[in-house]
Amino acid sequence: MVRDDLRCIYEIAAKDMRTYYLKPPAISWGIVFPVAWTLAFYLRSPGDFEELVPGLIAMTILFSTTAAEAVVINFEMRLGTLERLLLAPVSIGGVLLGKVLGGFLFGLLMTAAVTAGTALAIGLRPDLTILIPVAALSLLVFSSMGALFSVGFKEVFEAQTFLNLPRFLMVFLCGVVYPISAMPAPLQFISQLLPLTYTVEGLRVAFSAAPSSPLLDSIVLAGFFVLFIFPAMRLLRKRFE
Amino acid sequence: MKAIEVRGLTKRFGSLTAVEDVSFEVEEGEVLGLLGPNGSGKTTTIRMLVGLSRPSEGDARVLGFDLSSGIHKAKRGIGVVPDSSNLYEELSARDNLLFMAKLYGVPKGVREERTEELLRAFGLFERRNDRFGTFSRGMKRSLTIAAALVHDPKLLFLDEPTVGLDVVAARSLRDLISDLHHRGLTIVLTTHYLEEADRLCDRIVILVKGRVVAVDTPRELKRSAEEGSVIEATFRGATSDHSADLSARLPGSKVVVLDGTRLKILGGDPTRVLEELVGFSRSHDLGLEAVNSMRPSLEDAFVSITGLSPAVMAKEKGGR
Repeated sequence: MVRDDLRCIYEIAAKDMRTYYLKPPAISWGIVFPVAWTLAFYLRSPGDFEELVPGLIAMTILFSTTAAEAVVINFEMRLGTLERLLLAPVSIGGVLLGKVLGGFLFGLLMTAAVTAGTALAIGLRPDLTILIPVAALSLLVFSSMGALFSVGFKEVFEAQTFLNLPRFLMVFLCGVVYPISAMPAPLQFISQLLPLTYTVEGLRVAFSAAPSSPLLDSIVLAGFFVLFIFPAMRLLRKRFE
Repeated sequence: MKAIEVRGLTKRFGSLTAVEDVSFEVEEGEVLGLLGPNGSGKTTTIRMLVGLSRPSEGDARVLGFDLSSGIHKAKRGIGVVPDSSNLYEELSARDNLLFMAKLYGVPKGVREERTEELLRAFGLFERRNDRFGTFSRGMKRSLTIAAALVHDPKLLFLDEPTVGLDVVAARSLRDLISDLHHRGLTIVLTTHYLEEADRLCDRIVILVKGRVVAVDTPRELKRSAEEGSVIEATFRGATSDHSADLSARLPGSKVVVLDGTRLKILGGDPTRVLEELVGFSRSHDLGLEAVNSMRPSLEDAFVSITGLSPAVMAKEKGGR
């Protein structure tokens, strides 16, 4: 059963990469938006670009994973193709993880391209032993968050619309646009409840020479993954009751 | 060996009971038809048997595996054709089949061969590289059936296989189902087309409002209806507005409106039926043109068992 699930998880992810992710709309959301956003900040203060890199990578992770993930399950439920997947010897959890893995892999490609591009362009040497686990955990978190919204709403546009609320809230409160320490206390509190804050913190550690540990950020990110993936599985199971 | 054993299967959605205490068996190599109008519980029953929906009560064994604990193993030997053709629109015919083969773990060396074989068998080989979304309804249906066969299942579920198809496509699909049956595949078929069930099925389970009301061979079901008379009457004038009057005149019979000028009367004493038909025609000035006594069809058996009109049933799904 585990073998069947693992095979199906891989096949579903590979199929999703071909049919949904490696297409212009997903690529534009995944790369163009974070790059344009960062460019706007760069033009305002060109000297601080190095400081913007963790934010740029964090936003690439956020937008590349959620770009299509937030709609693929919902979309397939409407077309009946998700039901077709469930007819195969695979559990509901396996199907969901296959969908999450698709978002994860696409996010990984986009993030790797952006990270390598910026690191080579401005000569940054991030600590890969920190960068890779923080990025991988973050990709899982935001891919599963997209899946949760996709399963939670009946209409594709509802999932996209409602996902924009936490997505943009995170962009503004994660510490990239404005330092968290300078925010009013209630906003500081809210920022601590958002996963992107921990992604940015972890990535900053990876890009700084400071000997601080991203362990807490990684643990919190792992917690967010659990917080998103299990309710998503439960909701999906309920849709097929 | 039994391919399926269903015992007291029940499915509730809140206060609605979609399937209630359904029990039946399917022998290996048999074609079993689940027959009933919309909302009779056919699709819900199939969804439970293929593991898409959990029963509220009861259990079933599919290919020797308990539904509650072994559905995952059973799925390896099950092929399912849902009532809608739900393959990936953006993938080609070939890629759809290959993807399904991968999901079912068909070995790499066999996958390509099996896919090509099925595409040829279903007459889709020339269009193998075209996207599923560009196919006609009949071609989509054929490829959906091919996808259900890609892992060489022992048991095939077909949910309303010919709904929405034109007459030619529906006929070729029925031929294909017959062919699969002759090759020894066990088939469970849901349909609301009575002639389809009559032609294809070894046995029929009739479901009404989620309950089994009859299980038998088409021949036996028809024989049970033979006990009553079947009389068809043709009038010059339109009868549909007055059929209630005829029903009142013949309390032991079932009056079915076939079209504007034709009525079918099931059951009752033939002499009495004839007398009442003449009286009915005179009182409404309908002009009785012809009266025929007929052998009961499966449709007549269905009507006498369920009390439902087959015409209403066909209309429900926009049927032919």
